[in-house]
Amino acid sequence: MSNKAVRYLWKKARALGWVALSFLIFLTVWGLASYFSNVNAALFPSPLGALHGFLEVLADGSLYGHIAASMFRFWSGFAVAVVLAVVSGAVFGWYVPLFRLANPVVQLLRPISPIAWMPFIVLMFGIGDMPAIVTIFIAAFFPVFLSAVSGVMNIPEIYLKVARNFGVGRFEIFWKIIFPAAFPQIMSGIHLALGSAWVFLVCGEMIGAQSGLGYLIIDARNNLRSDILVADITVIGLIGFLLDALLKFAEGRMLKRWGLEKE
Amino acid sequence: MYIDITNVNKQFTHKGKLFTALENVNLSIDRGEFICLLGPSGCGKSTLLNAIAGFDPPSSGTVVIDGCEVRKPSSRNVTIFQNYGLLPWRNVLRNVELALESRKDITRAKREEIARKNLDLVGLSGFADASPHQLSGGMQQRVAIARALTADPEIIFMDEPFGALDAITRMKLQDDIRAIRKENRKTIIFVTHDIEEAVYLADRVVVMTPNPGKVKSVIKVELGPSRNRTGQDFFMLRQKILEIFSMKHDYPIEYSI
Repeated sequence: MSNKAVRYLWKKARALGWVALSFLIFLTVWGLASYFSNVNAALFPSPLGALHGFLEVLADGSLYGHIAASMFRFWSGFAVAVVLAVVSGAVFGWYVPLFRLANPVVQLLRPISPIAWMPFIVLMFGIGDMPAIVTIFIAAFFPVFLSAVSGVMNIPEIYLKVARNFGVGRFEIFWKIIFPAAFPQIMSGIHLALGSAWVFLVCGEMIGAQSGLGYLIIDARNNLRSDILVADITVIGLIGFLLDALLKFAEGRMLKRWGLEKE
Repeated sequence: MYIDITNVNKQFTHKGKLFTALENVNLSIDRGEFICLLGPSGCGKSTLLNAIAGFDPPSSGTVVIDGCEVRKPSSRNVTIFQNYGLLPWRNVLRNVELALESRKDITRAKREEIARKNLDLVGLSGFADASPHQLSGGMQQRVAIARALTADPEIIFMDEPFGALDAITRMKLQDDIRAIRKENRKTIIFVTHDIEEAVYLADRVVVMTPNPGKVKSVIKVELGPSRNRTGQDFFMLRQKILEIFSMKHDYPIEYSI
């Protein structure tokens, strides 16, 4: 093996070492806390107890169903939000008076937690997939919309000059210049939205659903199964982490292509 | 004349203050001429170029090209910018092809053929698939030149095109621009603050001064097609232009000994 490959592997191993150490310390502290505290094991599970809970929902197959339900809701709400937010954000960013008109209302709606809409959502859409999807939609829409608006507003003047010079048409300019030029900023908005949408998926499912990872939390609580609760929380964190890593990867690829690589 | 600039004025308001970027500019340019607009920053040379190119029309006065008043940019005239204006999400070939994409009479295959020919002309045929950011500044500006030539314009506007390049690369590109021009006699209007560059390239140098921006004088460069940067007559012309700039100090200087 070449020297370079050895150094590369060593670097990777060291990075992995930090990760392992981090979790080891975390699990140790958790284990010691549950061992030495007097709290009932049904209320505060040990790491091993949580593992048992995890294996149980894994073995009876219910976990897969919950993950599938959550993923379906997440991707439908998120995809619709991204598409609508990018398209409308591009239009509002391009026709500035339109944005000036919309912005006050947007700024008022934006800080409202999607959960606040929950009573309306449940009244309108009933119990099922829709409440979670709508919650995710609301959570994902605003970051993407605002990043698309500001991305389009901040397109370097020179691209627009070049487009005008070569006679790029009024509608052509959207997909030839505006979208690609604003895309790096839109992408960072999408990244931001992904995180908060995943957070609100759980909230949405805790209230308006009969399945999914968020519902599983309520279900575990009702059955006083804190071990399953902790296992579920871990799965939620893990999937959130994987989604973020996936998007980070996509974003990195794209920035590289645009020549905007972050060091 | 081919281009007639008559009584052009341009005012801006900046932070509530009105200032004059161009004052009463008159200039006529012949077809096929190489004109350099020369002056320090703030003299309005880029403003004048933007007015002729149609990006930013004058406040008053007219710019007429070939009998038509200029009101907006035309794809018959192409501008080359200091920071190249390449689209980073397209590869080099697709950047060059942009010049012909709005032409419905040219097929996709023909468009690519013309683009490749011009990339070859600027010596970048091996970089068709590269991304702009993988190229050096000089190479990126060559791509922009290939793109401009692909549009087959009548006038090429150049706004300090070599300003961001190192001195050696700049001289190389100056030679390239002269060589390209020898092949197809486009009208070129070239903005620069580099006296040597202006004398090396131009048929006529339009010397501009700031506050307010106006044309101080127009100098015909009669050095023929092959110019020597170190020649006697070259130095004489540089000297002459330097004198014009120092004539700006027309206030009395007080001496005390």
